[in-house]
Amino acid sequence: MKYSKLAAASVTALMVATPVLADLVFPSLSYRTGPYAAGGIPYADGFADYFTLLNERDGGIGGVMTSAPECETAYNTEKGVECYEATKGQGALAYNPLSTGITYQLIPKVTADDIPLYTPGYGRTSAANGKVFSHVFNFPANYWNAASLAVNHLKEVSGGDLAGKKIALVYHNSAYGKEPIRTLEGLAEKHGFELVTLPVDHPGQEQKAQWLQIRRERPDFVMMWGWGVMNQVAIQEAANIRFPMENFIGVWWSGGDHDVSPAGDAATGYKAVTFHGVGSDYPVFADIQKHVVDAGKAAGNGDNIGKALYNRGVYAAMLLAESAKKAQEIHGTPDITSSMMRDGMEALEITEARMTELGMPGFGPEFTVSCENHGGPGTGAIQQWDAAAGTWSLISDFGPSDMDVIQPLIDEDSAAYAAENNIEERCN
Amino acid sequence: MPEQLLFAMEVTLNGLMAGVLYALVALGFVLIFKASGIFNYAQGVMALFAALTLVGIQQGQVPFAHLINAVFGTEVHHFPWQVPSLIAIVLAAGVMILFAWIVEKYVLQHLIGQPDIILFMATIGLAYFMEGFGDIMWGSDIKKLDVGLPQGMNATIDQVTFDWFGYGFFIDNLDIVAAIVASLLVAALTIFSQYSKQGRALRAVADDHSAALSVGISLRFIWVLVWSIAGFVALVAGIMWGAKSGVQFSLSLIALKALPVLMLGGFTSIPGAIVGGLIIGVGEQLFEFTIGPMIGGATQNWFAYVLALIFLIFRPQGLFGEKIIERV
Repeated sequence: MKYSKLAAASVTALMVATPVLADLVFPSLSYRTGPYAAGGIPYADGFADYFTLLNERDGGIGGVMTSAPECETAYNTEKGVECYEATKGQGALAYNPLSTGITYQLIPKVTADDIPLYTPGYGRTSAANGKVFSHVFNFPANYWNAASLAVNHLKEVSGGDLAGKKIALVYHNSAYGKEPIRTLEGLAEKHGFELVTLPVDHPGQEQKAQWLQIRRERPDFVMMWGWGVMNQVAIQEAANIRFPMENFIGVWWSGGDHDVSPAGDAATGYKAVTFHGVGSDYPVFADIQKHVVDAGKAAGNGDNIGKALYNRGVYAAMLLAESAKKAQEIHGTPDITSSMMRDGMEALEITEARMTELGMPGFGPEFTVSCENHGGPGTGAIQQWDAAAGTWSLISDFGPSDMDVIQPLIDEDSAAYAAENNIEERCN
Repeated sequence: MPEQLLFAMEVTLNGLMAGVLYALVALGFVLIFKASGIFNYAQGVMALFAALTLVGIQQGQVPFAHLINAVFGTEVHHFPWQVPSLIAIVLAAGVMILFAWIVEKYVLQHLIGQPDIILFMATIGLAYFMEGFGDIMWGSDIKKLDVGLPQGMNATIDQVTFDWFGYGFFIDNLDIVAAIVASLLVAALTIFSQYSKQGRALRAVADDHSAALSVGISLRFIWVLVWSIAGFVALVAGIMWGAKSGVQFSLSLIALKALPVLMLGGFTSIPGAIVGGLIIGVGEQLFEFTIGPMIGGATQNWFAYVLALIFLIFRPQGLFGEKIIERV
């Protein structure tokens, strides 16, 4: 009797844990534990809540329900790969691992398994070249776009001229943190500013030496490429040495609410690059509140809505959902496969009219993806923190990055990858 | 005075201050190792747990709120009150004493007489359990720690050094507070171990477990006592580090900063933890200042271990550690 009860419970548990095969499955390789959980949680909540919204409000995508089963990676590359292997057999349509380390490991695997990998604003930057990276997409912007967007902003606030200025880059001493250096070196040459690079070792709790150096060097601007505790400590240290916050700008991964809140009022004025809208003043969030949070179906407790990382999770989910819809249109079937999903991502077209229809007017740029360009338009805006209000505000429009500098770097890096892996260019 | 020399002096001062913060973490390791021979892998997580508990109590957070809400379908998150900092610190210290009692009763008591490696493995298990338990109890979000500690540049030092040298030194007010607190803590621990009955019992256990037991000293009581003190030290370390970065789960990684300090100062010496911390703090900051820029920077983490290894080669027991001589 006991065994039969146990067997029944096991079957029930399996049925709950395993998504219905007909679902459109978007596995979420999330991290809700460990040192990077503060950034991982709001992103995972936003990602999950958007798919729940589609199910609750629209009955899924094209009449097929969606699911976003989570697998905990703790931001650990090995666990991320394990999660991929464990979930790909569940009918996974696309992966979004929110980790550059995991992304690098998954690129050859997804290509072999014919499953698209979506890495908005992170991952391997040169994957924007669809001629080499057939299964990787990083629209609408990548790291190098972010570096250029930050420089554009600093140029604008300097009266249109950066010649003779000094910019210090405080970066996470990892592959991720080093990503913008080549781009910034190219931009320094082009605009005539001096670049000073200051690495910070993982995890970044001790940055005294770096900020003493900044105090001595007296740069006009400080740029930050951090993640996790490094961001909070850097913002606090900048406040400690009385560096003007309005001259301190981070990449979008250094622009979360949790990055600025520990420093309190001292963080007011800090800026970050973003590739999507800020705050909760968009109809889609009212829908999420009504259909997901109030219905008790939210991934979290609903208090992350409108936060920078939550919005990014929603935006990523929306772009994947639109890609799935496009795939259904292309192949004339609602039950798409990962291969069809890849086709949908490659043919994605985002218009302002569609964004408005989705309750996200002006939330992101209009763009189209093509066989050649998996990176989108590379546009972005600047957000600024107001500690008293506890909100980010957009202080610029979505503007272009300097593709004259970035495109040759993308071509060079992707060509090297193609040569190493004997990949023949496609899209000819 | 040459500019580079002034910078080096500023870096040295800041290194000393950073060293005090490392020493605060190392102290907890030393206390437990000295009394029981256990290398407590969970010391970093104890600092995290203590700081989480402090902020949770201070902000009136309902412990296990997510679990309660998930099970009962409620929407409770905070009590309708906030607790003043001092009371919250006392209550958090109380929680750490309760934690020490639980560890002794449910873990250590069952491992008496086991090899040291087993006890070490038990503290690894304890560390991961506490990290998960802290997550469930207080949530994973970053919490701002505000117990009224001053932060930012000390204006007096800036002004005085500017008057003297024409260059104002940067010293963080929080670091000055940490140095004062660490000094008081070391003084209190020294007085306690030298002049109180329990302190003498603790030293007796540290010297020889069997001899201490034979004269009627309760090993169980000593273990609860020493884990309680280590818990309190962890709370102090958690407050100082948490004030810099907010209370978050990476706080547990500060243990990595204590290891070279222990290697250098010795695992059994309270003054060793302080002196070791200062040497590591100054050494790593000066190395980063002088050599770092030539080799790409970010040298602090690994150089601290290099420095500790160099000391180990010449003095394996650490600067202040006891040399163990085993005779057959």
